[in-house]
Amino acid sequence: MSKKIVSRCWFLVIALLVSMVSVAQNKVEMADTMRSNGKIYIVVAVCLTILIGLFLYIMRIDMKMSKIEKNKHAE
Amino acid sequence: MNKSWWKILSFIILVYTIVCGFLLDVPRLPILNETIRNMYFHVCMWFGMMILFTTSFIYSIKYLRGFNYRNDIFAHNFASVGCLFGILGYATGVLWVSVTWVTDQGQSLGSVLKEPKLIGAAIALLIYGAYFVLRGSFTDIDKRARISAVYNIFAFALLFPSIWIIPRLVGSLHPGAPGSDSGNPALDKNDMDAKMRMIFYPAVIGWTLLGVWIATLKIRLELFRDKKLIHE
Repeated sequence: MSKKIVSRCWFLVIALLVSMVSVAQNKVEMADTMRSNGKIYIVVAVCLTILIGLFLYIMRIDMKMSKIEKNKHAE
Repeated sequence: MNKSWWKILSFIILVYTIVCGFLLDVPRLPILNETIRNMYFHVCMWFGMMILFTTSFIYSIKYLRGFNYRNDIFAHNFASVGCLFGILGYATGVLWVSVTWVTDQGQSLGSVLKEPKLIGAAIALLIYGAYFVLRGSFTDIDKRARISAVYNIFAFALLFPSIWIIPRLVGSLHPGAPGSDSGNPALDKNDMDAKMRMIFYPAVIGWTLLGVWIATLKIRLELFRDKKLIHE
């Protein structure tokens, strides 16, 4: 009989802990849905595309500048 | 290609910043929620601005020590990219304010407009704006370089009270004010989560290197254009 009560108490404690953890997670609203359905990867891909585009552009300007500087020295 | 390792480093760091900055876990905080990720972008702009302005300040001093026109070109272009970063920092800050202070904290527009950090940053940027106006108003190159170098030192000295000291003395909504729970935002090791610091510090370096790259391009262009004036 007492064993049953102890096990029930344990069950209660565990259930409480689980609920506390879930409350702690849900208390602050974050973009969890976006993360779970993977749409965050699209955001990352968009940002990376812009970043890569900007770097390619600046790299081309850099290369053009180097070319002009080289020509000037050759003269 | 050997000389441009830091340009590649900047690219790698910024890719790392965007990938890890969006995908890794951040602390779950009320009001801030996911906007805490702005740390990797908004705050980095100000750090980058500070580093670029410091570089510009050093070149102004170097100019005044030897009156080498080359140093004036360096000082001018580092200051202009610093200003660009400052304006970007301000613009991103406005967006961040509109969701955290105005919407979630229910601050009135009046209290946001009275915000000392915002006023201080605006003053600092306007002082640097005056630097470019001053430069533009001279036709004599030596006079322009000399006076703008002196003014640049003054502008740099005024950065400290306007964006670092005064907002920390008076009440402010921005982190780092007395009464707020953070003492020294972004720099205090107790203030930021360790996982965020792993991304934040490299991000500062990455954005700053990008700014330096843009500045060096502008410098090279100007050096090329004014080749005759420099006598080398």
